[in-house]
Amino acid sequence: MIAVRGLAHRYGAAQALRLPDWKVAQGERWLILGRSGSGKTTLLHVIAGLLRPSEGDVSVFGENILKLEGTRLDRWRGATVGIVLQALHLVKHLSVRDNLRLAQYLAHAPQDDARIADTLGALGVAAKSARRPSELSQGEQQRVAIARAVVNRPKLLLADEPTANLDDAAAASVVDLLAEQAARHGATLVVATHDARVKAKFRERLEL
Amino acid sequence: MNLATLSAGYLRARPLQTTLSLMLLALGVGTIVLLVLVVSQLEERMQRDARGIDLVVGAKGSPMQLMLSGIYHLDAPTGNIPLSAVGLLAKNRMVRKAIPLALGDSWRGNRIVGAPKIYAEHYGAELRAGRFYDKPMEAVLGAEVAARTGVGVGGKFKGAHGLGSEPGDEHENEYTVVGVLAKSGAVIDRLVLTSIESVWHVHEEHQGPEDESDRKALEAAREVTVVLVQYASPLAAATLPRQINSQSELQAASPAYESARLFRIVGVGVEALQGFALVLIVAAALSVFIALYTALEERRYDLAVMRALGASPARLFGLLMAEGVVLALLGALIGLGLGHVLASVFGVWLESQQHGAVTGLEWRPEELWVLAVALGVGVVAALLPAWRAYRTDVSRTLAQG
Repeated sequence: MIAVRGLAHRYGAAQALRLPDWKVAQGERWLILGRSGSGKTTLLHVIAGLLRPSEGDVSVFGENILKLEGTRLDRWRGATVGIVLQALHLVKHLSVRDNLRLAQYLAHAPQDDARIADTLGALGVAAKSARRPSELSQGEQQRVAIARAVVNRPKLLLADEPTANLDDAAAASVVDLLAEQAARHGATLVVATHDARVKAKFRERLEL
Repeated sequence: MNLATLSAGYLRARPLQTTLSLMLLALGVGTIVLLVLVVSQLEERMQRDARGIDLVVGAKGSPMQLMLSGIYHLDAPTGNIPLSAVGLLAKNRMVRKAIPLALGDSWRGNRIVGAPKIYAEHYGAELRAGRFYDKPMEAVLGAEVAARTGVGVGGKFKGAHGLGSEPGDEHENEYTVVGVLAKSGAVIDRLVLTSIESVWHVHEEHQGPEDESDRKALEAAREVTVVLVQYASPLAAATLPRQINSQSELQAASPAYESARLFRIVGVGVEALQGFALVLIVAAALSVFIALYTALEERRYDLAVMRALGASPARLFGLLMAEGVVLALLGALIGLGLGHVLASVFGVWLESQQHGAVTGLEWRPEELWVLAVALGVGVVAALLPAWRAYRTDVSRTLAQG
C-alpha cells in the first residue's frame, strides 16, 4: 500500500539523489539495502512524512502524503507510522513508561497505561517500566525503542539501521522482534540497513 | 502527561540552572512585592492618621518635624506655643476644628498626650472598657498600649519626662487608668490620652508653686505643643497658613505637603531598591533564556524524535514556551511568598519599635501586575529558544545520528 514514483531529492547544491519506483503491499516485510549515502534514510524519511522530496509522488495507504500540509501531516504520521531509530533516542529523564506515554500524548492517542503495560510485556521489558533508559542494558533499550514505535499500533513500522553496532545474535534478535511486532499489529515493516547479516530474514528486498 | 508535566520534567532534569533562574526571579519579585506592601501600607497609614487634619500649628522649627510630632507622634516636638493661640485659632472663621495637644511625657515608651475629648472622637475611637477621663490625672490607654503593658482600667502609672526610649525623671503624680480604647488602626492606638490639664498639673507640681500670685502667673504662662486644625472651607488653604506663619512664635505645616515631601525623600531609596529588583528580574530573564537556549543543543534529538512521534512544530514551540512560563510562574509565586514573609518580618520589627503599621497578611492589586510582568519575562526569554525548536529540521537531525 506504499507506492513511490519518480522520487528525487536534492540536498543543497548537490546532484539530485534519484530513487527507484517502489511498491509495497499491506503486511509485507521489506528490507532496503544499500551503502551509506545511497538514499535509504531519505526514502524512509519520505514515506514517514518527515521529508518532502524535491520531485516525485508518494502514496501511503492511499494517502498522497505530499499533499498533506503541516499539522495534518504530523497527525497522520503520529497515527500511522512507528519509527525505530539507530540511536534509539529515548528521552533520558523520562521513565520507560513515560517514554511510551509521550508517544501516545504526541500522537493525540488516549494515554492508556494498560496498553503501555501490554506493549512492554510483549517485548519482555514490563519489569523495567519505572526505570530510566540509562538504567537499562543496550538490549533492553532496543526493546523499549521498539515498544515506543508500536504502542500506537501503527500501520507502518519503520526501522533505520536497527542492527548497526550489534553483535550477530543481538542483530538477529532485533530483526525478529521487529517482524514479530509488525505481525502482532498487522503492520507493514520496512527496515533500512547496510547490514548484510539480516538479508536472509526478508523475502522482499529493495537494493539501492 | 501534558504540556505542563512534560516541561516540568525538562526543568527538573536541569536542577542547577532551574534553581538559579527561580532564585533570581524570586528575589526580584520578592523585593518588589516587599516595597509595594511596605510603601502602600505606610502611605495608607499616614493618610489615615492625617485624615481630616489640614494644618498642624506649633512652634517655629522644621515643618516636617512639626507634622511628624504633631500627627504621627514620631519626632520630638518643635517646642510649645502659648495657650492664647488656641483661642485665636478656634475663633477664626476659616477653622472648623482646632484640637490642642500637650506633649512632653511618656510612659514605658508610649507618649502621653494631653488632649480634649474631640481628639479621640476625631479618629472615631471607641471605648472598649471603662469610661473617658473627666478629671485631671485620669488617663485612657490606646489599644496597643493596653495590650503591650497589660495594664487595664484601675491601673496606676507615673509619667516620665521626655519622649524617647530612654525616659527621663519620673514625675511624682500618678495617673489612674479609667478607660481603654478599642483598636482603631490609627495613631491613637499607640497613645496614652489624658486631659491637657493633667499635663499642666504634672509640670506645675514639679515646680511647686506656693502662693496665689505664682499660681496666677503659671496659669497665664500655660502652653500647648501643637494645634491640629481642620479648615471650614478649602479656601482657607490659601490664606490661613500665611496668616499663622506671619506671627512670630507660630508655624503652620500642611500634612499633605509635608508628607508628599517626605515620600519624595524616602522615594529615592525606594526607587534605588526598585532598580535593584529590576536588575534581578532582568538577570532572571537572561538566566531563563540561557538555560533554555543552551539546553536546545542537547535536546535537538529529543525534539526531532517528538516530531517523528507526531508532534507538530507548534507543539515544540509550545513546549519551550511552557518551560519559560512554568519557570516564571513558579519564580514569581515563590517571590510573592517571599515578599509577604519579609513584610511580616519587617512588620514584627516595626512593632518592636512601637510603630506597628506593616503586615505581610495583606494583598495589594499591584501584586497582580508584578505577577504579570514576571510571566512576561518568562514568555520573552523563551521566545527565541521556542522559535529554534519550532524550526527543528527533523529529517536532517535524525539522519545525523
